[in-house]
Amino acid sequence: MNDLTPDRDERVANLKGLGCSRKRVEDARFTQGKGNYIDDISLPGMLHGDFVRSPYAHARVKSINTDAAMALDGVIAVLTAKDLEPLSLHWMPTLAGDKQMVLADGKVLFQGQEVAFVVARDRYIAADAVDLVEVEYEELPVLVDPFEALKSEVVLREDLDGQTEGAHGPRKHHNHIFTWEVGDEAGTNAVIDDADVVAEETMYYHRTHPCPLEPCGCLASMDKVNGKLTLYGTFQAPHVVRTVASLLSGIEEHNIRVVSPDIGGGFGNKVGVYPGYVCSIVASIVTGVPVKWVEDRMENLMTTAFARDYWMKGRISATREGKITGLHCHVTADHGAFDACADPTKFPAGFMNICTGSYDIPIAYLGVDGVYTNKAPGGVSYRCSFRVTEAVYFIERMIEVLAIELNMDAAELRRINFIRKEQFPYQSALGWEYDSGDYHTAWDKALAAVDYEGLRKEQAERVEAFKRGETRTLMGIGLSFFTEIVGAGPVKNCDILGMGMFDSCEIRIHPTGSAIARLGTISQGQGHATTFAQILASEIGIPADSITIEEGDTDTAPYGLGTYGSRSTPVAGAATAMAGRKIRAKAQMIAAYLLEVHDDDVEFDVDRFVVKGAPERFKTMGEIAYAAYNQAIPGVEPGLEAVSYYDPPNMTYPFGAYVCVMDIDVDTGVTDIRRFYALDDCGTRINPMVIEGQIHGGLTEALAVAMGQEIAYDDMGNVKTGTLMDFFLPTAWEVPNYETDHTVTPSPHHPIGAKGVGESPHVGGVPCFSNAVQDAFRPFGLRHTNMPHDHWRIWKTANGLGLHDT
Amino acid sequence: MIPPSFEYHRPTDVAGALAVLAEHGDDARVLAGGHSLIPMMKLRMADVPHLIDLQDVAALKGIDISGDQITIGAMTTQHELIASDALHAAAPIIREAALQIADPQVRYMGTIGGNVANGDPGNDMPGLMQCLDARFTLEGADGTRTVAARSFYEAAYMTDRDDEEILTHISFAAPRGGYAYEKQKRKIGDYATAACAALIERDGDKVAAASVAMTNLSDIPVFSEAAAAALVGSACDDAAVKAAVGAALEDIDPTEDNRGPVEFKMHVAGIIISRAIQRAWSRA
Repeated sequence: MNDLTPDRDERVANLKGLGCSRKRVEDARFTQGKGNYIDDISLPGMLHGDFVRSPYAHARVKSINTDAAMALDGVIAVLTAKDLEPLSLHWMPTLAGDKQMVLADGKVLFQGQEVAFVVARDRYIAADAVDLVEVEYEELPVLVDPFEALKSEVVLREDLDGQTEGAHGPRKHHNHIFTWEVGDEAGTNAVIDDADVVAEETMYYHRTHPCPLEPCGCLASMDKVNGKLTLYGTFQAPHVVRTVASLLSGIEEHNIRVVSPDIGGGFGNKVGVYPGYVCSIVASIVTGVPVKWVEDRMENLMTTAFARDYWMKGRISATREGKITGLHCHVTADHGAFDACADPTKFPAGFMNICTGSYDIPIAYLGVDGVYTNKAPGGVSYRCSFRVTEAVYFIERMIEVLAIELNMDAAELRRINFIRKEQFPYQSALGWEYDSGDYHTAWDKALAAVDYEGLRKEQAERVEAFKRGETRTLMGIGLSFFTEIVGAGPVKNCDILGMGMFDSCEIRIHPTGSAIARLGTISQGQGHATTFAQILASEIGIPADSITIEEGDTDTAPYGLGTYGSRSTPVAGAATAMAGRKIRAKAQMIAAYLLEVHDDDVEFDVDRFVVKGAPERFKTMGEIAYAAYNQAIPGVEPGLEAVSYYDPPNMTYPFGAYVCVMDIDVDTGVTDIRRFYALDDCGTRINPMVIEGQIHGGLTEALAVAMGQEIAYDDMGNVKTGTLMDFFLPTAWEVPNYETDHTVTPSPHHPIGAKGVGESPHVGGVPCFSNAVQDAFRPFGLRHTNMPHDHWRIWKTANGLGLHDT
Repeated sequence: MIPPSFEYHRPTDVAGALAVLAEHGDDARVLAGGHSLIPMMKLRMADVPHLIDLQDVAALKGIDISGDQITIGAMTTQHELIASDALHAAAPIIREAALQIADPQVRYMGTIGGNVANGDPGNDMPGLMQCLDARFTLEGADGTRTVAARSFYEAAYMTDRDDEEILTHISFAAPRGGYAYEKQKRKIGDYATAACAALIERDGDKVAAASVAMTNLSDIPVFSEAAAAALVGSACDDAAVKAAVGAALEDIDPTEDNRGPVEFKMHVAGIIISRAIQRAWSRA
């Protein structure tokens, strides 16, 4: 060492490892329009597919005449269920153990359902041909209300008629899918019936849609000479798609290559398997040339996986002092025409049983009934872990309602009931083991940051001014404290279609000291190429800038279950750290050899191994990598590579405390979000800038859902919000300024203590925005009103409370 | 979202555009900024075998201010209206309204002519033009005529314009006094839940003249003569505003849509009209 040797801090900074706000390496191409999305991919001789879709929500398909379409110059094929039936591909299995029509088999069950698949020389001819396919329908009674569906004589799923057993147990009615129960119902009821105070509320968490910027699509290419199928597509789980494609098509898995290129947002929408994928594959197999299918915005909103649509009925009991004693929740879940929810197999309502929230509730019960209706299938987790947004919304509303019942401040009620720091690991009444948390510290920090007492004082003054007729604007203070459950998940209880939910990382260090790491996940904008390189940089002492992260090509990446449910950092991030540690262990042996000391006499120091007690004697990771490939080292294989498949011992439990301050114009229903404070605790923070970006994005999607975004149907099952004119996608104009903050409570079981954060702001944000609206009207007697809080619904609330009476 | 095939025409003068219109009749439509027609074609709700793009017709562009007379070419974009300081000095209500149309990207393409000629009740400019008592110049094979904005609109998407005519210019006298364009919408890019244009001239403490017109509260823009009459001669006090609002509400006929039911729209319309009047008066 000499004066030019960088000091330790400088060496740490050079790595751009954990905790560094490293700029996103992906952005150079995204901001220059150089991304490579599915519709950017073009193969020689490629054909284009387009769907004939049902205008009706429920109808019998009497006949399909494709003659005129086939007669159009440039049309190669028109596929119907009859063409797929010999291949047994007219139906496909869903992720939830149900099956779904690929193309209408005798009837249609939702508006926009796929009826026929046109394949043509170009995209324009395909669209023209769609208009020429003549379909004769006979309309059937439509069921859009799950409660009506459970009473109706109309059988939606004739294919299941007479089947009293479904994928998740007994079916009570021909439109019933499953009942899922967790907890002790009799015990819970006994506690609630004897309680000092009980609050009850029914709330509807409306149907909405993830609406990623890029819709879904794929490009299938069957190479008949070599027997290889290549499938490019918007897949959040490419390896699972390969396995499912192999099982469905009979093509051996080694002959299928699935590639997820750049993906323009997923938010759960790109987890499922859609008819467009199956039809493209079949069309490519039939024609022997590549076939591309890319849906448009309306098709995306109307037919691909929706989110939420939960009717939740709650009862919560407490002592007069506000200590919660029990919680009962029943959900009627509208799953649409096919049960295509994307949940771990043993969890038909996802992790809805996290609905005891952040509170120490001694006894609880959850029952969920899934129901078929004439709506699009789906039920994915839109920017949340499986059904966690529903669970957190439910408990955060029940807390507010209980506070009204107790005539108590809702912030104080939360404080009284939080799980205490010393209770972790905490066993919840509904079966989860919360790994870590410090809720009181986070809550106190949040309330102090916004001057909660001052806000309540201002609000009280506003109410008085309103009553005196001096203002027509009310002020709402929205509170939310959430606990997420992410990182699915331990293989012992989490699988999808039998595939355990581990994840993986494979690392190759190159001789000159740079590296490539491949993972089983796939970024859709999360910034994996940036942040996973940072994890690795800190683990193996190679600068993040010298590490390439690659995902999404099943021929090269190790098997993994993909990216959704904030699982990438908790699972694949852990695999990355563990693989890095294998690299480091081998590097230690090489360093010891090169330094002519015993393995135990060297130690890792940022970017090198040094001889203990003699830091001037060292070998950098670059030197070690070169030696690994080019020097014969006794007892050590050449090369420097490692792979890790990580089965997490538990989920991770990020949490946060949010406060929203909102002004509401009582006369017009117009809202103005004056302030939004978000404190997140995601354990160890890998890249604070990426975290902040994730929080801004998740809060904005929370704003959308709470304040206006919905997939609404009329009584005939027509989608009323099928375009971005009516489906609310906020722009910079509607988005408030967000203040972000954090505490750090590392996960005790994750190799680097990280917990996952991408979905937290959505989970915590929705109840926070909603609670702000509801809180504004609490002084006038409001207990609960359903989202979305658009202008007219807020106006209706004010009107119902008599606030327009003059 | 793929339109059927069509022939694309790009004339450089009005005569050339009229010739294509004359040749193809119902099968031809002129294209201005394209924010209404192109989506309709992509949705296959409009079948336009011959599309006549007017963007190269230089004679249809520009803002001319001569004395108190303002003439705007139909192909002038909303952005150009906003950017014109001379227009802002002469008729500041135009910039105030145009800034509430959609977003900058739309305003770079969307034109005043397309906005007024399409007959979409959601468009903001028709109500504003009625408030300003503007006149529309129409050119056809039989020559040129002008029609008052207040009598141009017949029903949703139905106007006094003949299929073979082109709306070439919009002209109006520079307004005097106070102005306001008040609009409630759900989000950027949305049509109005309710919108109102108001112009008020003051004489001492009294309203000397007034004009009130509304957007998206009926199947056509609504100019309310009765609302103006209720204001003229008053001190624009609470009672007069209430009377004007009451009169304006008599003239509208909103329909239920995703923005809300009729009861809500009537209530919000009353609030928006009253705010427009009060703001215009505060500037008078």
